[in-house]
Amino acid sequence: MGSGRLYLTVAAGGFRRYATYRLATAAGVFTNTVFGVILVYTYLALWDEKPHLGGYDQAQAVTYVWLGQCLYATLAIQGGGAEKDLMERIRTGEIAVDLYRPADLQLWWMAGDMGRALFQMLGRGVVPFLFGALFFPMALPTAVTPWAAFVITLLLAAVVSFAIRYLAALSVFWLMDGMGVNQALMITGIFFSGMVLPLNAFPGVLGEIVRALPWAAQIQMPADVLMGETAPLGAFAFQAAWAVALLAAGRLLQSVATRRVVVQGG
Amino acid sequence: MAERSALLEGLRAYRLIAGMWVRSSMTYRTSFAVTVLGNLMVTGLDFVAILLMFSQVDSLGGWSLPEIALLYGLSATSFGLADLVLGSMDVLGGRMRDGSFDTLLVRPAPVLAQIGADHFALRRLGRITQGALVLGWALVSVEVEWTAGKVLLVPLMLVSGAAIFCAFFVAGAAFQILAQDAAEVQNAFTYGGTTLLQYPPTVFGKDLVRGVTFMLPLAFVNWVPAAYVLGRPYPLALPSWTAFVSPLVAVACCALAGLAWRAGLRSYRSTGS
Repeated sequence: MGSGRLYLTVAAGGFRRYATYRLATAAGVFTNTVFGVILVYTYLALWDEKPHLGGYDQAQAVTYVWLGQCLYATLAIQGGGAEKDLMERIRTGEIAVDLYRPADLQLWWMAGDMGRALFQMLGRGVVPFLFGALFFPMALPTAVTPWAAFVITLLLAAVVSFAIRYLAALSVFWLMDGMGVNQALMITGIFFSGMVLPLNAFPGVLGEIVRALPWAAQIQMPADVLMGETAPLGAFAFQAAWAVALLAAGRLLQSVATRRVVVQGG
Repeated sequence: MAERSALLEGLRAYRLIAGMWVRSSMTYRTSFAVTVLGNLMVTGLDFVAILLMFSQVDSLGGWSLPEIALLYGLSATSFGLADLVLGSMDVLGGRMRDGSFDTLLVRPAPVLAQIGADHFALRRLGRITQGALVLGWALVSVEVEWTAGKVLLVPLMLVSGAAIFCAFFVAGAAFQILAQDAAEVQNAFTYGGTTLLQYPPTVFGKDLVRGVTFMLPLAFVNWVPAAYVLGRPYPLALPSWTAFVSPLVAVACCALAGLAWRAGLRSYRSTGS
């Protein structure tokens, strides 16, 4: 089997695994929709008070909210993707089995996480987004090009998201317990991805900082590309640069971890 | 008398189980301290969002920052109390699936007490602390002519609010017996509810406000009584006496949730093929 097909199979496995829990997915759709409605109203009040905050009009702010709800599970903004399983395998020592496999550790886990992301997007993300488009005025493009560019930013966003969480998971080689790391992932993910407020609405220097961090690649960039607020090529470059840097860091940390750290277990 | 002794027995079971979980979490003190701090920061993000909004504007829906902080503090603290007491109920769905719920049914202690105290986590004090800090700041910052009635209303809101959220947790648990995998639906009402109440009612659409006043009486956690404290118009132009009915609403909610729990428990069929 060619190595491309191997990783495709792993990705398909990740997709199927999450697709198994239909009722849980439906429940997630409902919850994302409720939170979307609450957030839309608070954003509308904010943009009512200060029109054109962060360069968005009201319809764009609403679009941002529903995109955020759509990508919340897709990009595992608060954690809970492949890194959770990886941490558990490092903790128990089962990671030794993964290291034996004639496959690349990072690519293996990335493939599985991509499969998960695709399912979460289709199963859990699309419905709240459509609900939002149906009941609230949104700023969606009618041409094909912005949507095509949007799909590419989503793919890059998923890679950046995985790269961040992979780094966090590897830290368990030294920490032995992922609880604190998971909490840090959750806090940074929610705050720096712009789940609490679009990053372009952050004030002053804080805004400039958060818009340069890798988390900006997750929701802000896809949103801006979709709504034509930024040039697609610039967004791709920003996302790709972070993806390469973080994946390379992950690779480096992985080689240190597998060489110097004794795997758990008897 | 039988009812009363059943209640005492339930409280005793709850205390024993919760105490066991507290002792187990205290084994790793540093880990405990870090998780409390983390809990405080996670829940604090909601308020950071409000602060960020107010770095751009002076009012939201016509309400000032101290006024919204009052709503936030009341909502977060009362929800935090309920979350501490019954927050572990969201693992019930898992117990349904793996069949370990059966174990609870054969033990000589009320099931609700066992489920409520299951995985009792003192780290949830983080949320209460964070809510209380915001509430304290709001109380000294809002421009209110304090009267005895208004002062008394604050603890009354916290207790009633906590009881209303507790009722939501219990009703959600009853729902999980039927729905099993759908534990997340409960989050929409509990976490969603407390998030909703952190913002003034003027922000939301009228139908939504109607829904959370008459169908799911969340408005009585803080919106209605806080309108009295702040001297603001009542949501949906409710009559002024409604500011004081929160305890009654709480009792009614708990009674309904209790009925739902009993119905859920009766309909329980164990797992298996």
